[in-house]
Amino acid sequence: MKIVVCIKQVPDTTEVRLDPKTNTLIRDGVPSIINPDDKSGIEAALQLKEQCPGSTVTVLCMGPPQADVALREALAMGCDEAILLSDRAFGGADTWATSSTLAAALKKIGYDIIITGRQAIDGDTAQVGPQIAEHLGLPQISYVENIQVESEDTLVVQRQFEGFYHIIEIKTPCLLTALSQLATPRYMTVHGVMDAYREKEVKLWTLADIEDTVDKANLGLKGSPTRVMKSFTKQAKGAGTVLKDLSDDEAVAAIIAKLQEKHII
Amino acid sequence: MSKNIYVYAEQRDGELQKVGIELIGEAKRLAEVLDQKVYAMLIGHNITDQAAALIAHGADGVVVVDDPMLKDYVTEPYAKAVTAIIKEKDPEIVLYGATSIGRDLAPRIASRIHTGLTADCTGLSITEDTKLLAMTRPAFGGNIMATILCENHRPQMATVRPGVMKAFEADPERKGEVEIFKVEFTSADMNVKIREVVKAQHKSLDITEAKILVSGGRGVGNAENFSKLHDLAEVLGGEVSASRAAVDSGWMPHDRQVGQTGKTVRPDLYVACGISGAIQHMAGMENSEFILAINKDEAAPMLQIADLGIVGDLHKILPKLTAALKELKEQ
Repeated sequence: MKIVVCIKQVPDTTEVRLDPKTNTLIRDGVPSIINPDDKSGIEAALQLKEQCPGSTVTVLCMGPPQADVALREALAMGCDEAILLSDRAFGGADTWATSSTLAAALKKIGYDIIITGRQAIDGDTAQVGPQIAEHLGLPQISYVENIQVESEDTLVVQRQFEGFYHIIEIKTPCLLTALSQLATPRYMTVHGVMDAYREKEVKLWTLADIEDTVDKANLGLKGSPTRVMKSFTKQAKGAGTVLKDLSDDEAVAAIIAKLQEKHII
Repeated sequence: MSKNIYVYAEQRDGELQKVGIELIGEAKRLAEVLDQKVYAMLIGHNITDQAAALIAHGADGVVVVDDPMLKDYVTEPYAKAVTAIIKEKDPEIVLYGATSIGRDLAPRIASRIHTGLTADCTGLSITEDTKLLAMTRPAFGGNIMATILCENHRPQMATVRPGVMKAFEADPERKGEVEIFKVEFTSADMNVKIREVVKAQHKSLDITEAKILVSGGRGVGNAENFSKLHDLAEVLGGEVSASRAAVDSGWMPHDRQVGQTGKTVRPDLYVACGISGAIQHMAGMENSEFILAINKDEAAPMLQIADLGIVGDLHKILPKLTAALKELKEQ
């Protein structure tokens, strides 16, 4: 089986801080990571490869040249091939244009199974996976928490929804979006890291490499139906009452009085 | 010319989801500015009788696709049904709940009809000059809000977080038209096969549906201590939820998590116990009607946004509060 995992390099948002003076994101020194759901997808792909001898895992990333690091990490985990889609023409893309670009590259790469993360922690949209599937005319299953290979061309997948889950049979080729609980990513080995930098390569693909599989009008900022009108930091809600130095009983009395005043109890 | 606002009225097992009702309320507010109408799309099998409830909550009309193919949610048949309605009716705006189903379905449709889609919105409005839908959503873990427009493609589409918009009260006197919309399905549309639908184990209410939430964070200390929160929730008639720290520690299941990577809640009362108030958590609960915070740390940001903040030890205060409320109830 040919498995392709689409990954995104994201800032580690648990590290993101706001500048108290300017109210803007402090990006300096914020580490970049492989988006967690995508990394779970890489691990799931590697496990599928181990189960199905002869399979290969290709990892595909659209991003700036710095995303090379994320792809090297994927190679060090054991992926066979890495492709970085990077071109100014792809910049400023919304999910529609991003998925068009990735779909164009996927047409060139070929696939039996495409795995994307459910969503990226910077944008949280969860849209690119399903949108790639639509561009390629593939069935999709999102929120995947378990994958079993049933036969050469059939997977049985557990998909989580709120309050229930589905067990679904799906034929390849198909696209799955991975939850972070799908698989716990393995660590890179020393050997793997050496290979990733010495033996393996990250192929750089630009617009020229996908030109014949995509309409240029669908790429980047120009190909994006949506645009950001403005962005701003959130205002905290107006201050309430903070009580301190109360005994526990006084605290309980204060709470009950307030809840009664507000007709909550 | 594109016209009117369509709302995807999500149902699961034939049961209408609250978020669809909330979106009808919000759509009515937007439609008033645009002087347009609001229609609900009701997709499923044996669900036509639910249309009345959608009208009672404010829909001017309901477009129903009722077919055995639509018994369980499967992406392709549902996408086909909604796409067919959009192509026929040419709406100006389409709204979906940002639920698991809405977030699976809407991007598929956006790709198919080549229009924009803004995910997980927490605010919608109409721009004064251009009369476009301004869609506001959190990004970067809630640190930044962005307002997004879709100028040249129609419909303008958004998924909207459950619990954010306010529903209209049901009014059985409201009138509206129910249209049965035919979509021709073929066996090829069922491109996956559902073998089993398994309900999650515990029966408690989803936290987005709860009127009262008692929520615990790192300060609760361990899984056993959550019993104090359960006791309080029981006497208040509420549910227990948790911060990411408590969920990541394995003290509470993931479906109880409030925040950016969890659920957005808007209960009448949110009791934050030992939750410091990371911005990602606040993003999921700050619209609660009343926030009560109990925290040992005077500097905890949660105390700053709370309507009532108590600097104190939750382990002592919660049992006493539970006992006092029980006593009050018995009187």
